[in-house]
Amino acid sequence: MATKNSRTERLATNDIPISGRRVAAALHAVARHRVLAVLVLLAIFPWLMPYKALAVDILLYGLFAMGFNLIFGYTGMLSFGHAAFFGTGAYATGIAMVHFNVPWFGAMALGLVIVAAVAAVIGLLATRTRGIYFAMVTLALGQLVYYAVYQMTELSGGENGLRGIQVSELSVLGVPVNLLDPVNKYYFMLAFIGPAIWVFSRILASPFGAVLEAIRENENRARACGYNVAQTKWVAFLLSGLFCGVAGSLSAIHLSIVPIESLHYHTSGLAVMMSLLGGMGTFFGPFIGAFVFLLLEDVITNITVHWQLFLGTLFVLFVLFLPKGIWGTLLERLGR
Amino acid sequence: MSTDTVLKADGVTRRFGRFTALKDVSVSFNRGRLTSIIGPNGAGKSTLFNVLSGAFPPSEGRIYYEDREITGTPQHAFPRMGIAKSFQITNVFPQLTAVENVRVALQAMTNRFTLWRSRTSFPELQEKAEALLDQVGLDRHRHRNAGNLAHGEQRCLEVALALACEPRLLLLDEPTAGMSPEETRVMMDLIEGLAAERTVILVEHKMKLVMGISDQLIVLHHGELLAEGTPADIQSNDDVKRVYLGQRT
Ligand SMILES: Nc1ncnc2c1ncn2[C@@H]1O[C@H](COP(=O)(O)OP(=O)(O)O)[C@@H](O)[C@H]1O
Ligand SMILES: [Mg+2]
Repeated sequence: MATKNSRTERLATNDIPISGRRVAAALHAVARHRVLAVLVLLAIFPWLMPYKALAVDILLYGLFAMGFNLIFGYTGMLSFGHAAFFGTGAYATGIAMVHFNVPWFGAMALGLVIVAAVAAVIGLLATRTRGIYFAMVTLALGQLVYYAVYQMTELSGGENGLRGIQVSELSVLGVPVNLLDPVNKYYFMLAFIGPAIWVFSRILASPFGAVLEAIRENENRARACGYNVAQTKWVAFLLSGLFCGVAGSLSAIHLSIVPIESLHYHTSGLAVMMSLLGGMGTFFGPFIGAFVFLLLEDVITNITVHWQLFLGTLFVLFVLFLPKGIWGTLLERLGR
Repeated sequence: MSTDTVLKADGVTRRFGRFTALKDVSVSFNRGRLTSIIGPNGAGKSTLFNVLSGAFPPSEGRIYYEDREITGTPQHAFPRMGIAKSFQITNVFPQLTAVENVRVALQAMTNRFTLWRSRTSFPELQEKAEALLDQVGLDRHRHRNAGNLAHGEQRCLEVALALACEPRLLLLDEPTAGMSPEETRVMMDLIEGLAAERTVILVEHKMKLVMGISDQLIVLHHGELLAEGTPADIQSNDDVKRVYLGQRT
């Protein structure tokens, strides 16, 4: 394979002490069969965690950060508005189930259609700008969605969030499944997140993925080569929003409520932090970032109420000393 | 427009704020010829180049290509019209390998929105990319990151990127800028070879370098057309001599 990702994630075993070789070889194998490796890990993941709901959280936020990373890490645009897609996916799915009695699958599909519409509009406005302006426009539009949903109290529950999503007896292909059981819930989530990871990997490895890299590398040259940069960015934005929307939609089912915070820019910030912690522009980075962030949050909130201070400090240290993130740095150390 | 003319600028003016970088320039470029645009630094060569190659529209005036007007046509549409360019400042995809650089340029003609196939499943693109690298003398550096190539090699790579759309018209802005004499010779040979098969517009501020290979010369000075003609005409032109006197040429 000669794709960008396989290249950055390619690991050579030279120049590494014998003890490190085994690790390097294992990581090499992981990088080669990244989809398979992730799926195996994911299958046993809940039993590696302090409690199973945390495993679901990590997957959902990992998916959210992965979708975000398509725009941030792969296309080179820092968005502060991706909560709009996560939250819209969650609200649209939840509202369809609570207020319109739409079955869960239809509600998710509907949620994605609405997320696509929101991402299409925000993308159209935001991808005309670059750099800090792009960050500001996405932030502003994201907050616009937040306030709009906040105001729709009848439908959204306003500041209390949306409550009453019934998940105790979901019919999955005609079989009733109780999602209050954490193991059922985990595999239910995995049934969506697994394929989503695979689709994402296909997109990155596709010619379109190469165009995104080219735009990140040199927008001007990409344009001179014949790419309509604005249009390409818009498509990437739409795809990115859809992945985040799937995560949001699943989170509505996971929590059986939709907190208004899911649309807040704090949630957008989570995607940024998780991508940076794990490694922007790497395939596994967002999941590792979500894993580290949520695990630490879980541990630190048990010790102190000032957990945000600790995580904030950690984040700053990462940006200063490990700008490539955990996975990105690991690949670099072992790779070149 | 005469059938010999490929590209024509008609009364082109370009302002940046209050500053006029190009003043009412009308020139035409003949099919199959190598035309050089020369002039001292700051004469407006790159501005004319950018207007001709679609980087930005003129403030006034019109551009014609083959038999239609192309004023204001967006940059990304140019390769599909058969017009390609290389920039004055090296412009490649630094983190991609040389062959990936060319492949992504080739792909712009065929697979812009292919989402569901592996990018390595296009052997014809790979072969073409390798052939283009061969042509510009970079076959040995296929798998090196573009950003790690020597300056001269990066410039040659950029020419390969331009050639990816099989241009009928090739525009090059100071392709030898910053090159060693040896690199310059390689590049000039490459350009001569390319000019045998297509129309070439070459921007250069070193007059000596292009005298030998140009069919036609255009001289700009302070944003205005100073002279136009064959190398012999230009060499004997008093205005040109005056402008270039005291200038490092
Ligand atoms: N984008 C721009 N904004 C403002 N001034 C510009 C811009 N581009 C060029 N100029 C000015 O226009 C004049 C001509 O520049 P240019 O066309 O680059 O000259 P040349 O390529 O002949 O050296 C210069 O004085 C330059 O400072
Ligand atoms: Mg110039």
